[in-house]
Amino acid sequence: MSTLQRTRLRDRPIPVIATTLFMVVCTAYFLLPLWWMVVASSTTRGGLTDTSLWFHGQFELWTNIRNVVTYQDHVYVRWVVNSAFYATVGALVGTLFASMAGYALAKYVFPGREAVFNVILAGVLVPATALALPLFLMFSKVDLTDSVWSILLPSIVSPFGVYLSRIYAAAAVPDELLEAARMDGAGEFRAFFTISLRLMGPALVTIFLFQFVTIWNNYLLPLVMLQNTKLYPVTLGLATWNSQKAIAGNLQLYVVVGALLSIIPLMIAFLALQRFWQSGLSEGGVKS
Amino acid sequence: MRTARRRRTGAAVALVSTALLLTAACGSSDDSDGGGGSADAGSCQPAGKPVTLTFTSWVPGMQATVDLWNKNNPDIQVDYKEVVGGNQGTYQAYSNQIKAGKTPDVGMIEFDNLPSFRLQDGLTNVGGCQPVQDAEGKYVDWAISQTSFGEDGAVYGIPMDIGPMAIYYRKDLFDKAGIPVPTTWDEYYDAAKKIKAEGGVIGDFPTDQPAWFTSLAWQNGARWFSVDDDSWTVSLDDDATQQVADYWQKLIDEDLVDTIPGLGDPQWKALDSGQEWSIIGAAWTTKLLESSAPKTAGKWAVAPMPQWTAGDNAAGNWGGSTAVVFKDSKYPYEASEFATWAFSNLDALALNNKNGGQYPATTEGQEQLPALTEGLPYYGDQKVWEVFAQAAAGVDPSFQWGPTMTDTYAALADGIGKAVNGQGTLDDALTAAQAKTIETMKAQSLTVSD
Repeated sequence: MSTLQRTRLRDRPIPVIATTLFMVVCTAYFLLPLWWMVVASSTTRGGLTDTSLWFHGQFELWTNIRNVVTYQDHVYVRWVVNSAFYATVGALVGTLFASMAGYALAKYVFPGREAVFNVILAGVLVPATALALPLFLMFSKVDLTDSVWSILLPSIVSPFGVYLSRIYAAAAVPDELLEAARMDGAGEFRAFFTISLRLMGPALVTIFLFQFVTIWNNYLLPLVMLQNTKLYPVTLGLATWNSQKAIAGNLQLYVVVGALLSIIPLMIAFLALQRFWQSGLSEGGVKS
Repeated sequence: MRTARRRRTGAAVALVSTALLLTAACGSSDDSDGGGGSADAGSCQPAGKPVTLTFTSWVPGMQATVDLWNKNNPDIQVDYKEVVGGNQGTYQAYSNQIKAGKTPDVGMIEFDNLPSFRLQDGLTNVGGCQPVQDAEGKYVDWAISQTSFGEDGAVYGIPMDIGPMAIYYRKDLFDKAGIPVPTTWDEYYDAAKKIKAEGGVIGDFPTDQPAWFTSLAWQNGARWFSVDDDSWTVSLDDDATQQVADYWQKLIDEDLVDTIPGLGDPQWKALDSGQEWSIIGAAWTTKLLESSAPKTAGKWAVAPMPQWTAGDNAAGNWGGSTAVVFKDSKYPYEASEFATWAFSNLDALALNNKNGGQYPATTEGQEQLPALTEGLPYYGDQKVWEVFAQAAAGVDPSFQWGPTMTDTYAALADGIGKAVNGQGTLDDALTAAQAKTIETMKAQSLTVSD
């Protein structure tokens, strides 16, 4: 704990304690469902009906995980790999495109710039649900439904990313720096990739994470596009299990365990990337 | 069966013309091809070459049935795709695929959703296909006639499975308390009062299962939908349904039944712990109960559904589904050959029953499947399937589904939820669902007579 914080705690104990308490309650509130998943994943099928929040009966987590992973020829592993592939590739390419577009909108003056930006901004407001059907019809015209492309191509579009990139590039990339680069003979692409992209780092991480989570959690698009079980992302795969649980009783437990496993990659992505996030945010704060 | 069909020929004309009207009104996407689809008997011819069909369903283990077919039919290979449950998204996907002309050849659709796809003009009438004509007679009368929409000789879906209903009860508890198993709804009410005195409840009135309530109304001879000339009549609040609603309202008011969500963990827990003494379920509930209430194995038994008139054999039907041939299928003959085999051949039915828990829609299957002639240890070695075969024969063939069941169910579930919370009654729920259904149908440019 830093000296600064210690002073504050001594000076104004009640607000600090109250705030901390509030945060603790919030944390508990948000973590409770997660905890329930861990507990529920560790019981047997029969134990699932006990709503207790502590481990009861035999601790079956590892057995359950093994059952989920091996069920139907390891199809679950396949789904997770699919999800990881869609989310990683989609988010990487999506972030690159969004940052290029946002940067161009922020740093180049050209006729129709605001019009283009406004159209993209309007795109933020259009819910993905509304686009699923038109996308399906377009993809079926070119015979790309039920393929990897039908998930990847729509996933690399991120109007919100463009918006964020533009705002951030406008603030974080000084025009003077670009002019200096140009004077030194750097082309526009070089200036973008070697200078601007680095300065936009924190925004890129944010966009990447948003896009990663969006693609990982996407249900509607794959539902509309895919019929081949081998191409399913984990969301759709778990939903198929869920709709069979009425007959194949064990699936009720498998869905819970599978859902728990499926959020682990998201946690890893967040924990691994939040470092860049924080450093980026504070960078702006202590500008000399 | 024939007479039942002829009676509703008028309805058919209405349905067809409405369907065409709808397609026109939507300015639907360009047709990908002229072939396939059309419904005439003459047009259903074998392709005369090896074909590959696609088939989608969400029945667990259906792949095994498809594998068996593929092994024996090298010229008609079936590519099976497992999808999410209809209401979880597959119905939406079908609608999109119909618009884009990209449907599978054969797909699973539950009975109550069949009219909606008929109205979207997405289904092929396979009534003229030789394989269907050969197999038609095997199916339970009312199951196949539900897929004709009253058109003479039409078949818009091959019944996959059905859900005739019965009452599952804790034999040990009923015996011990000396309460006779109810054979009529009056007796059910009396038993409910006695069980309450014993500290339990007779069962649950599920708050989230409008289809369950529908099947109880069906048992009492309700007629929710009918089509005449060009217009629909909607009567969710007809006398038969109101009688059912008032009856359950009485049980709810007197606190004689639970009002918790059905088929979920809360209900299984109540059944497994001896809190609830019975459940009115369908044939497919047999395996579900066994796997969900394991602690009470051996203590259960099955009896016919309580009757409104003593001595009757009226049963409701809850659930059940059909295999349809979509309009865009280029091979309706082969598709119907596969579908009729998969849901009437005894080997196929045995697999569907073993892996998918399906109760066959053919009388032959119900009577001859080895698995359906055995006693079940979970039910004290009772031959429970005999009860369901008897129930299947007692389902009213005249009940018809409406074209907007999703909305009807939603409104009904909403009203039931309110009623069990004391805001209004089940009668109000019917009134609201009636109004909502008519509103939705009118919004789809259907004519509804008042």
